[in-house]
Amino acid sequence: MSPYSRAEACCIAVAEAFRDNGEILANPIGTIPMIGGRLAKATFAPDLVMTDGEALLVENIMPVGTDSPEKVVGSWNPYRSMFDIVWNGPRHVMMGATQIDRFGNQNIAMLGKLDKPTVQLLGFRGAPGNTINNRTSYWVPNHSPKSFVAKVDVVSGVGYDRTRDLDELSARFHGLGWVISNLGVFDFETPDGAMRLRSVHPGVSVEEIKSATGFDLVIDATVAETRAPTATELEWIRTRIDPNSSRDSEVPNPA
Amino acid sequence: MALPDKRLTIDEIVAEIQDGMTIGVGGWGSRRKPMALVRALVRSDKKDLTVVSYGGPDVGLLCRAGKVRHVVYAFVSLDTIPLEPHFRNARQSGAVSATELDEGMFLLGLQAAAWRMPFLPTRVGLGSDIIAANPHMQTVECPYTTEKFLAMPAFDIDVALIHMHRGDLGGNGQYLNVDPYFDDLFCMAASKSFMSVEKVVPTEQFLSEGPVQSLRISRLMVNGVVETPNGAHFTECPPDYARDEAFQKEYAASAKSDEAWATFRAKYLDVSEAEYQSQVGAR
Repeated sequence: MSPYSRAEACCIAVAEAFRDNGEILANPIGTIPMIGGRLAKATFAPDLVMTDGEALLVENIMPVGTDSPEKVVGSWNPYRSMFDIVWNGPRHVMMGATQIDRFGNQNIAMLGKLDKPTVQLLGFRGAPGNTINNRTSYWVPNHSPKSFVAKVDVVSGVGYDRTRDLDELSARFHGLGWVISNLGVFDFETPDGAMRLRSVHPGVSVEEIKSATGFDLVIDATVAETRAPTATELEWIRTRIDPNSSRDSEVPNPA
Repeated sequence: MALPDKRLTIDEIVAEIQDGMTIGVGGWGSRRKPMALVRALVRSDKKDLTVVSYGGPDVGLLCRAGKVRHVVYAFVSLDTIPLEPHFRNARQSGAVSATELDEGMFLLGLQAAAWRMPFLPTRVGLGSDIIAANPHMQTVECPYTTEKFLAMPAFDIDVALIHMHRGDLGGNGQYLNVDPYFDDLFCMAASKSFMSVEKVVPTEQFLSEGPVQSLRISRLMVNGVVETPNGAHFTECPPDYARDEAFQKEYAASAKSDEAWATFRAKYLDVSEAEYQSQVGAR
């Protein structure tokens, strides 16, 4: 195995999040999520459907960060159709999170109070609708106690403590996938839906993750390492999906 | 063929807007926004507006110019600059209040108004702080299954402003980019709707410009039309033109200080649309 970067480990983690998802819209948002999703489609998950980042569903594997890439268009998906897919169901979205908490509540809206934010962020965007309708995962490129917080300021994406208070019917399409950060992979496969450390990226210790997290993670007796890329996967990432290495600006390699 | 002639000037359209009205703005983010009409509103003495928008620089400009009391939004973004700096300043200083929505709830607010329904039921918002942000919103129970839904209220929009690629003098409108956004719904949701277009063409010319599916705006939805070439600038309006990223950066930088805003405003906003376009062309 040739050496590979932290960003490449993150791409593999993202790709794995889409394994065995079947024929759904894989909708990763962000540079590394897009690379990882396209890698999964190019290799072990060819049934995935993906967008061009705008209003088209494309069947070829597009590179990221290049102007006018070639597109093999399979379908038309303007924003109105995107809501059809979201509410119809066959979609796994991976969103960003400025803050995420122990039960997977996500905040991208604002910091501070709803009526007068100290920091206005994106607004609720599609987070409430995504989380109540689709499998939702998160990508956090800057894992720290400021992003992994005990309690989010505003709940834009719905976590497991919130769906406990809803009717079973209302919550039946809710389901969080993984949280992938620059340090590791996390899931909610615990009795109460609390966040669990699933794997650490190579070169990261469990202690480092604990001290970068603002709440108590569920940590099993043995913690796996995020799997290494294959030579074929590295070839896809480096030469075909991200030839300009935009992944390294999202997650710089640790010194 | 005698279509009603609904051509108006920019100023005649602005004259239809009264202080305190709710204005719906078509487009999405920094894409195909009716910026010539927005600039005319900025130049006007209108105030206390509520703006309903899949927000971009339309929201930021109107907030910074002091025209806005309240914003109904799910996001305000310049796309390549994710956070709209003027909108952020207005929110963080408390200059404008806001109705926080999810993007899909926003669609339902438009759709309910367009269909003359008081609300539409949805799962969207359940469990999230959308509920805390909108204490006036109610839930309804399904009469068949007892499932509970959020009752998304219809928007109440006085005037809608949209920008299309082509239109005829009767108010039929055609988009030539990849996404119609929600412009038809804005028009049907509003009491009155005004459309700016890159070019007014004879109706017979539409189908040489694009397929029938591109004729998304019917004159049934439109009260007035105005030709504003480059009128979506600096937002994108492909295939006619791309976003003017350099100008957008200049606009975003004008949020850094009162002096920067004063300079930007004097050069680009305290001037007529024709002068604006010649300033833009001279860069």
